[in-house]
Amino acid sequence: MYNFLTGPLAWFSFLVFFIGILIRSILYIKGLDSNLDRVTYKVNTSFGIKEAVRSIFYWLLPFATRGWRTQPLMTALFFIFHIGLLASTLFLKAHNMILQERWGFSIITIPDVVSDYLTIAVLAAALVLIIRRMALAQVRILTKPSDYLILLISIAPFLTGFLAFHQFGNYPFWMITHIISGELLLVVIPFTKLSHCFLFFFSRGQLGMDYGIKRGGMKRRKAMAW
Amino acid sequence: MSQNILCTQNPVNDKEALDALLKDKRGQQYYDEMTRLEVDTAALSKSLNDTCHSRIRTWLELCAHCGMCADACAFYLSNEKDPKQVPSYKIQSTLGEIVRRKGNVDNALMRYAMDVAWGKCTCCNRCGLYCPFGIDMGVMMSYLRGLLFSQGFVPWEMKIGSGMHRIFRAQMDVTVEDWVETCEWMEEEWEDDWPGLKIPVDKENADIMYTVNAREPKHYPEDIAEAAVLFSIAGENWTVPGEGWEETSLAMFAGDWEGSQLQAQSVYDAMDRLKPKRMIVTECGHAYRATVIEGPYWTGQKSGKTPIETLHYVEWVAEALRTGKLKIDPAKKIKEPVTLHDSCNYVRNGGLSQCGREIMSYIAEDFREMTPNGDHNFCCGGGGGMNGIGKYREERNTGQKVKRDQILATGAKLVITPCHNCWDAIRDLEEVYKIGIRWSFLKPLLLDMVIVPEHLKPKEE
Repeated sequence: MYNFLTGPLAWFSFLVFFIGILIRSILYIKGLDSNLDRVTYKVNTSFGIKEAVRSIFYWLLPFATRGWRTQPLMTALFFIFHIGLLASTLFLKAHNMILQERWGFSIITIPDVVSDYLTIAVLAAALVLIIRRMALAQVRILTKPSDYLILLISIAPFLTGFLAFHQFGNYPFWMITHIISGELLLVVIPFTKLSHCFLFFFSRGQLGMDYGIKRGGMKRRKAMAW
Repeated sequence: MSQNILCTQNPVNDKEALDALLKDKRGQQYYDEMTRLEVDTAALSKSLNDTCHSRIRTWLELCAHCGMCADACAFYLSNEKDPKQVPSYKIQSTLGEIVRRKGNVDNALMRYAMDVAWGKCTCCNRCGLYCPFGIDMGVMMSYLRGLLFSQGFVPWEMKIGSGMHRIFRAQMDVTVEDWVETCEWMEEEWEDDWPGLKIPVDKENADIMYTVNAREPKHYPEDIAEAAVLFSIAGENWTVPGEGWEETSLAMFAGDWEGSQLQAQSVYDAMDRLKPKRMIVTECGHAYRATVIEGPYWTGQKSGKTPIETLHYVEWVAEALRTGKLKIDPAKKIKEPVTLHDSCNYVRNGGLSQCGREIMSYIAEDFREMTPNGDHNFCCGGGGGMNGIGKYREERNTGQKVKRDQILATGAKLVITPCHNCWDAIRDLEEVYKIGIRWSFLKPLLLDMVIVPEHLKPKEE
């Protein structure tokens, strides 16, 4: 069971994840149309790239855009959730040990206690996000059952990983559910809203190009305050 | 088959059809017929396949339903935070639904979509700046308007407006003759006060080709005279085209892309004919958006730009003040607190926010910014054609509360509105909310404070 999950199924999950990302990215770019979108992507491209990069950069920094500043609670939740999620996954000692064993390399790691706190932060932020979704009328009206499902799929590897690490109850059970939920997450990313983990850069960048090329990019005397 | 006469999928291309629509008071029969208008689902589905590509589909799919766009919307805030006014909800429940059902939708959904696309959104594009993914719901709303127009689900006034452009190449029934006569009339009328005042029509190779909003010849001809005086004082070599003088585009508001193309092309043809160095657009926001920002795409200009360099009027005024072509009498600067309303169409969507500030630095002693302003300004509530649609008058009035409160917070009683639609909206805002403000274009204010060279002053008797 364990061998299958960490062998063929792991390969399958990563393949679906990476190939899915690749295909969706190609389809996104191929689907851009200068005439329909009314943005000359291929003329004055440098203005577009500059604003695309600026737009992405500012939105990746907490409180760097007016949007982030006007909604501090959401911003805090957003960054705690996403930074915690990425850092605790990529820099976890145990994950890097597997990388080292299988591929002969690893990336930087953080102490286990930090990973632990980050994981708790992710789970706590997710809980507040769920409460926010239920409590605020402007979010509730947008919410579909799938929004909860996707959030649950996203946090399942963190919850199970946490329980496995601390050996709550049945360790092998939590370990196996951790691996399965992690692989499930990888597989659903390219096919759901979770594809935002890479499409964010395209979508955000596109609007940056739109503003940089067409909507005043060449006339704006003061840099656009995103 | 429906027996509709006024409300059909066909655009208005001749005077007969236009007159029939105009005769239908407030569009009563038109809207009644709309309840029986059939949706051509095959055509709608084809249209989606042909024109709804990765940008919009990704926007619709990616939306995380986080609600961060809510507070960005003037209509959401003005309507006591009604969840039905959340931008994401507005687009997901209309265009989103049409796309998910692949165009297989019924009359009721199309009419609901019309109420949202024209009655709950002015396409000010502010929400796009507040979505982490950069989902621009204003752009999608405009796309939705195009789909609705092609199916005949368009407000009565917008159908008429689009027809006007198709027939007259103007948003109102102003013919080339009417236009040229108005210019001549204004020359005569203002000659006594401004000796030798000329409004040169169809002069070739001028430095400036000036183009206007049809409301000026129709309702505010003095605006043209004021522009002429200011150009004269600045010593500009300028002209207006006989044909191709109209910059605006109700066709754009209507989602009539063919009409939009015809309209923008008429201005570009005038450029081609008269070969001016630059074009200047009057104090109108959507005119600039239509002819300068979007027009190049409708007409297939590969550069994405107008055939010759084009300036909005605020760019020209800022330049004229900077270079000293227009000099302000310091004693006549505006002393009272004054604020400036940024037009979404040429500020957020055209990058011209600094021009307004530069102008204010020359003409106002106590300039007070609204908060927020510039690229992040709020819509006046009347953009996107909403000013002109009787069916959505209440929605428009309610939607202005944010702007009302912004103005009140400045403490200024004078609001400068270098945009026709905003000017109208702020005027109506005063009529509805009675907050004791005045509103003005730049031209009459400048005319009161500019230093007039001797040769332009009336001769002593």
